[in-house]
Amino acid sequence: MTHLHLDPAQIDRARDSARRIARQVFYDMARFTTTTVERATLRLLGVDGVDENQVPLPNRVVSHLQEQGLLQHGVTTLLAGAMTKHNQTAQEVAQAVAAGTLTLAWPHNELQARDAALNLAHTMCERIAAQRAHRQHKLQTLGEGQTPWLYLIVATGNIYEDIKQARAAAEQGADIIAVIRSTGQSLLDYVPFGATTEGFGGTYATQENFRLMRAALDEVGDKVGRYIRLTNYCSGLCMPEIAAMGAIERLDMMLNDSMYGIIFRDINMQRTFIDQFFSRMVNAYAGIIINTGEDNYLTTADAYEAAHTVLASQLINEQFAYLSGLAPEQMGLGHAFEIHPELENGFLWELAHAQLVRQVFPQASLKYMPPTKHMTGNIFKGQVQDTLFNIVSTITQQNIHLLGMMTEAIHTPFIQDRFLAIQNAKYVFGTMKDLHCEIEFKRGGQIERRAQTVLAQAETMLAAIEHMGLPSAIGQGMFADIARTPTGGKGLDGVIEKSASYYNPFLHLMLPGVHHV
Amino acid sequence: MSEHKLPEQWVKPYGDTLNDGRVQLSFTLPVALSDTAREGAKRLALQMGLDEPAVVHCEDMGQGFSFYVLYGQCKYQVDLSALQVARPDFEVMDKDRINALIAEKMGRRMVVVGACIETDAHTVGIDAIMNMKGFNGHKGLESYHEIRAINMGAQVDSEDLVARAIDERADVILVSQVVTQKNIHLDNLTRLSDLLEAEGLRDKVILVVGGPRISHELAKELGYDAGFGTKTYAEDVASFAIHEWINRKAA
Repeated sequence: MTHLHLDPAQIDRARDSARRIARQVFYDMARFTTTTVERATLRLLGVDGVDENQVPLPNRVVSHLQEQGLLQHGVTTLLAGAMTKHNQTAQEVAQAVAAGTLTLAWPHNELQARDAALNLAHTMCERIAAQRAHRQHKLQTLGEGQTPWLYLIVATGNIYEDIKQARAAAEQGADIIAVIRSTGQSLLDYVPFGATTEGFGGTYATQENFRLMRAALDEVGDKVGRYIRLTNYCSGLCMPEIAAMGAIERLDMMLNDSMYGIIFRDINMQRTFIDQFFSRMVNAYAGIIINTGEDNYLTTADAYEAAHTVLASQLINEQFAYLSGLAPEQMGLGHAFEIHPELENGFLWELAHAQLVRQVFPQASLKYMPPTKHMTGNIFKGQVQDTLFNIVSTITQQNIHLLGMMTEAIHTPFIQDRFLAIQNAKYVFGTMKDLHCEIEFKRGGQIERRAQTVLAQAETMLAAIEHMGLPSAIGQGMFADIARTPTGGKGLDGVIEKSASYYNPFLHLMLPGVHHV
Repeated sequence: MSEHKLPEQWVKPYGDTLNDGRVQLSFTLPVALSDTAREGAKRLALQMGLDEPAVVHCEDMGQGFSFYVLYGQCKYQVDLSALQVARPDFEVMDKDRINALIAEKMGRRMVVVGACIETDAHTVGIDAIMNMKGFNGHKGLESYHEIRAINMGAQVDSEDLVARAIDERADVILVSQVVTQKNIHLDNLTRLSDLLEAEGLRDKVILVVGGPRISHELAKELGYDAGFGTKTYAEDVASFAIHEWINRKAA
């Protein structure tokens, strides 16, 4: 399809602003670590499991170090020092700490401890790299679905029930299965343990649940002859730990936004910026595609008036992603079909925006979200709204297509809701397969002018954000009409300034060549 | 209370002829498609009270599931004159009249504290009622100059909501619940009303709940003053609140 005529210099200016915005935050935050970054590091070093009160051992060790006033040095040197001294595994050290039989202390030989830690970290990195290679191998031998990939959600609360539904969805044509988390997990400052069968509006993200679903999707993928990708939520107060678990268990996608938690979950801004950096670094190394959450802006702000905030945020998310080592193909930048159905020419504006995003991020694995805000209990109209969404997705060549459910706004999807959604999308994607090559946008027409307007507004907005800094911009409610302050929100108590002897081997192994404070 | 009995008004579903009772339904059976499964779908419809059920579409869904679309004739009818539906009894006014009434009767701004409580993370409902912007062209409570509207957002602990209501001397507490899987909303709403009782606040505030699966009847059962479902706007809630405030003052 003939592209919209957009000014490349204008796109460059907007992107340059976003780069400076992200870098400023990165440099301001690099001197801090967080409790969950350290817990993620423990998990990557081999600590797992819970104590007799179901408190995860990574939490026990981190709390222990906080009580000793040692966490500012990072967990790594202390853990590895104890391992060397007592000739124990990381897990044994953690168990001894939890049992109260071992008090961690600064090792006599710091360099020796660091070396031991580096070796241990190296082993884990090899394990994650092997998972990444395995995924590549599967994609090459088994193949994958054509884009737009059909992305489906399961959310029964019970991992075993989720598996049944996920298998059925894959057989019906799903390319990606996302397991929605139990509502409220984002605000838990620990990761639940083991297989879980009780959740609300979703299923707890646990490493065991990841493993169970991965195995099920591998099995059904072999059966249907295409690799089925698995998605979970790398967000909330345990963002880095979820990343570590997902990297180990070969998840393929993670919802992982640089600002979502701040804006929509009232998680502290500093905490989120630090956590998103580390979690994205792990995701980058594991070959995971991140999904950003700009679609959410449009559930609170108006989709027509706030279209430019989506583009501005995508550009910021892109730059944060680069700082963590993500390749463009790993960036599932998010947007949504949320314009009011009664707005005249609303479909044109949806098309304009989807095509604009496609052209600004030609290599990204764009994630397109279906209508939710204006879905009603009228399932018949809902099916039509979803059909229009499917049309925009194929015409503008989106990559990750979250299937709309006609029962959105009624209940978490029934099995037939997914079935009918897949039928709808396959019909549209098949019958309009090459339409995008056959039609052109009218030069200077309404769609092109709309895209140019949104781009210009995004450029202006980014220039303003650059001027005031991202924290102030969020403080003024520039995204989603919601204002947050740098010291407000949950989780600030988990932000810790690093000491001069702070050490974390994963920063060096997963993101070599970057100067880490 | 009127002694007058309404004339009977019997109704049943309408397809294209009065009292034909035609309805459509669709469902999944957890078995692969077969002639027996198809017959089973038809028998189920019969047991649901549908005469002459017809499976107009069926297909296999894989993994041992099959999908059915059916039509049939509902054999039941209802007498609308015999039904009573609980709804908050008040007149819905526009923003100007609400503002004027608050100014006249209260002589100060009405304080409304709202939140989507406990684990529920969906702000869409509370935002539609409270935020300046409102929803569908109906401005939210923040735009009412005689209302001080405080939207605490989502995932607010009931304790925090109650504490804020005390701090702000709230006249109205507005709660939203969107997630209803496994009836979690009932636990959340009960918890909040129990807390208000424990704090001795229950009679001092007007307690209102809203959400897509909330009815006024349910709200009353849970000890709330009013419940609002879909298609509710800020003026509905504000009209009820001032109406209830005036009633209580008079009592």
